[in-house]
Amino acid sequence: MYGHDFPVPDDGTAGGLLDQVEAAEVALRAAADRGRPGTDPATDTDPQDYFTALIGADQKIEPRDWMPEAYRKTLIRQIAQHAHSEIIGMQPEGNWISRAPSLKRKAILLAKVQDEAGHGLYLYAAAETLGVSRDELVELLLAGRQKYSSIFNYPTLTWADVGAIGWLVDGAAIVNQVPLCRCSYGPYARAMIRICKEESFHQRQGYEILHTLAHGTPEQHAMAQDAVDRWWYPSLAMFGPPDGDSTHSQQSMAWKIKRFSNDELRQRFVDMCVQQAGVLGLTLPDPDLRWNESRQAHDYTQPDYAELMRVISGDGPCNRQRIAHRRRADADGAWVREAAEAYAAKRAAERTAVPA
Amino acid sequence: MNTTGAPVHTTVDYLLGLGDDALVAAQRLGEWVTAAPELEEDVALANIALDQLGAARLLLSYAGELEGVGRDEDALAFLRTDREYRNCLLVELPNGDFAMTMAKLLFLSAYQLPLYTALSGCADERLAAIAGKARKEVAYHLDHAGLWTVRLGDGTEESHRRMRAAVEELWPYTGELFVADPAAPVDPAGLRAAFLANVEPVLETATLPRPADGWGPTGGRAGLHTEHLSYLLAEMQVLHRAHPGARW
Repeated sequence: MYGHDFPVPDDGTAGGLLDQVEAAEVALRAAADRGRPGTDPATDTDPQDYFTALIGADQKIEPRDWMPEAYRKTLIRQIAQHAHSEIIGMQPEGNWISRAPSLKRKAILLAKVQDEAGHGLYLYAAAETLGVSRDELVELLLAGRQKYSSIFNYPTLTWADVGAIGWLVDGAAIVNQVPLCRCSYGPYARAMIRICKEESFHQRQGYEILHTLAHGTPEQHAMAQDAVDRWWYPSLAMFGPPDGDSTHSQQSMAWKIKRFSNDELRQRFVDMCVQQAGVLGLTLPDPDLRWNESRQAHDYTQPDYAELMRVISGDGPCNRQRIAHRRRADADGAWVREAAEAYAAKRAAERTAVPA
Repeated sequence: MNTTGAPVHTTVDYLLGLGDDALVAAQRLGEWVTAAPELEEDVALANIALDQLGAARLLLSYAGELEGVGRDEDALAFLRTDREYRNCLLVELPNGDFAMTMAKLLFLSAYQLPLYTALSGCADERLAAIAGKARKEVAYHLDHAGLWTVRLGDGTEESHRRMRAAVEELWPYTGELFVADPAAPVDPAGLRAAFLANVEPVLETATLPRPADGWGPTGGRAGLHTEHLSYLLAEMQVLHRAHPGARW
């Protein structure tokens, strides 16, 4: 059903996910070494057929290749949304840079938020290979016409939230993104390989924050549990609506953009977290969470998808604040960008004015 | 008292001055993250903040060891009051607009570069090693701030006006950086010529006049700060102080 993409056994840790990223990187190189299927010069090749053949052979579609318009549009939408999520996602964590409780934690958090800006930059660059400009995409974000991940519309109320974001939100992001390392569009797959490596590092740091808190003072333990209680369901909702309601799934799977369904990935995430929560000494806020022997997976309570839809449509706790902050940064920085352009234009004019 | 065998002229107060400059500068730069004019600048400012924070940690750890009463970098960062901080006034001033931040960074890095360069050859090997590492990072900070000062100064009318105002407003705070301290491993008074050699060509290329020397507030090294530092520390220390003795 998923082409050559057999699910790799998961040992339930981000380490196992990292192995999958590395396997994807090896597969990417191997595909490049194999070479693409050739076209037969004797027959008038239909570009659609060649595109389908490339996907079938697990080769990557590259920017100059012909591709169906709908494939291009789907990718632009998905990569842009992913890039926007990195940028908006800097805010909830950035909220704690000034108050991080130790200098080491402050340094780690600064580095993490910096990485997220870097991920946003890689992803905008990947989107630009599809013939759209970063400026256009940022306009669409600021106008509310393109989305970002629903999770970043929740507030970070305590320091433990920084840990919960690392463990749960970055954990969910990796589970979602590891299969994208094998996505059929080359620039996106390559960006995801780089991003997943850094994300798994962030996830481990978040886990470490929670572990320290959970084994600290009673107040710190309570802070960690409260954060997990608040971030659990929003993190489950990150995988999107249940399979029956997901509009983009089938076509995206056929194109090998998406390789597993929302529900499959959500299940994988739940199974991973249950084991880790045990080591943390924290509980997941779901009384019906239990191992199901016959499914060899955990049964769990689904998130409230009506809430997910409300948050996606703009009525979550922080939607207005997040966009207002982004718009303000954009507006306040306009004179700086104009100055840089004017300066560059003057230097360019000087160069052309030099007599030959 | 001095059990580490370090040369006597490296005092705890001197290290606190260096470390606090870097820490407070990092705290202010960190405020920019998510609010910079460009994504690239979010990355750059976070990067510079991280470098300053890294230097601060090494310097404060050393200060704590030299002091010998069991204070580590976190005890020094989170449990001293504004009257005990030893940073120069320049770094604690609010960020203001992007021009103000770049002027602050230009002056700070133009001072730190010759300072760390001189310290990297000083007799205190521990301090020399810290300075040797920090010097390479600060050279990048100076380059970054210099390029922006030139772009803004020689950009649009609006950016020129803002950059000029920033340089004029902050110039008086550079005096404090060079107050003589003959007992220090490197006497700050001897660094002013190198500072001017770093700053004046940038201002000239940026088409900005070099402000005249006049009023020059001091006091930071003695713990006599502006009204801004207490708020900065209140925010930075709030969580750490709320959980005495906790590990993070």
